[in-house]
Amino acid sequence: MSTFILEVATPEKLVVRNDASEAQIPGSAGMLGILPGHASLISEIEAGELTYILEGKKRTLAVAKGWVQVTANKVRVLVDSCEAPEEIDVKRAEESLKRANARLLSPKQDLDIARALNAAKRAQARLEVARGNS
Amino acid sequence: MPSLIDLRRRIRSVKNTQQITKAMKMVAAAKLRRAQERVLAARPYAEIYSHMLADVAGAAAAAGAEVSHPLLAVRAEKRILLVLVTSDRGLAGAFNSNLTKAAWAFAGEHQEAEILVEAIGRKGRDFFQRRSVKLTGEHLGVVDKARFADASAIARKVAGLYEAEEIDAVYLIYNEFKSVISQKLTLTKLLPVAMEASEEPKDYIYEQPPGQLLGTLLPKYVETGIYRAMLESAASEHAARMTAMDAATTNAADVIEGLTLHLNRVRQASITKEIIEIVSGAAALG
Repeated sequence: MSTFILEVATPEKLVVRNDASEAQIPGSAGMLGILPGHASLISEIEAGELTYILEGKKRTLAVAKGWVQVTANKVRVLVDSCEAPEEIDVKRAEESLKRANARLLSPKQDLDIARALNAAKRAQARLEVARGNS
Repeated sequence: MPSLIDLRRRIRSVKNTQQITKAMKMVAAAKLRRAQERVLAARPYAEIYSHMLADVAGAAAAAGAEVSHPLLAVRAEKRILLVLVTSDRGLAGAFNSNLTKAAWAFAGEHQEAEILVEAIGRKGRDFFQRRSVKLTGEHLGVVDKARFADASAIARKVAGLYEAEEIDAVYLIYNEFKSVISQKLTLTKLLPVAMEASEEPKDYIYEQPPGQLLGTLLPKYVETGIYRAMLESAASEHAARMTAMDAATTNAADVIEGLTLHLNRVRQASITKEIIEIVSGAAALG
């Protein structure tokens, strides 16, 4: 089975470097399905669920926003944060989702809407990934 | 002449100091290893990022679009912000004084401009607090933990100041980690961003227009730049402390040796004196 190299890096460390046979990446213009031999591509990524298939098994990661670069048989993902389901602190994610929602519902003057939205999305993605696993 | 008791006391005191320096050296060595790992761990992201930025910049330039972004705007450098990364603690040899000296010299060379300092680390803050330089902010206790979130917050603030045209250029001063025995003082320009666009833009599908991608990529440049400086500085700090404490331990051993020699001489002299007294006393009686 043909595969490609998937690299997922955060500023702090390289999280994944694996041979994957398929990947679903939450691009900001819609989900990107990547198979081996995909055309070269650069896109932004939204906070969401990144899944890939490693040796026939599906793996899920919760990623924050970032970018993806697809080149000949290499998929490189740069994100602000990335967690496997077992690493996610559900309580913290729930709290931060609540906080972000509260901020969006009662906007103050100096509210950075993009940041609050992103925080909400990131928390949402973490929760979904964590629950999908259990 | 110091008495025997005084000498013994001094030897004991130097021995205690030696034990402390030896322990500090060992602690620094352990922390250095962890800091080095973090420097290495941060490399893949930085590498991928710089490739991506070059490709996107190349594509944006090739598309003929005027590449403009607030972080690329070049202005006359009337107000310069220095981001100074020092350590929070001393006892690391010339680690911090080299940095503050270089920062001070930099201010001297740019007298026509107003110099502002954003201090990361206590030592740099203390130095500039005592001088007539305006501090725009201070960040204590962040270098050792080296979390990206801290670097990112500092970067957002610096980029905000730059975009608001409160400052016209940003320079970064820190110690780069070369090896355990050498740390290189580094002064680089952080803003405006000096982009290297790749000459031959590769044939990518761009989900977003390259110009827009550039707009989201560029702020990351400042964040990763400051983050890297913090990581390098943390590794350098522990390396410098290790070397300094190693030298201090060796010095303490030398001092102890000298004092012990002296102590023995004094003791011998007093014994000799006593014998002479006894002998001459006996001679007088006989």
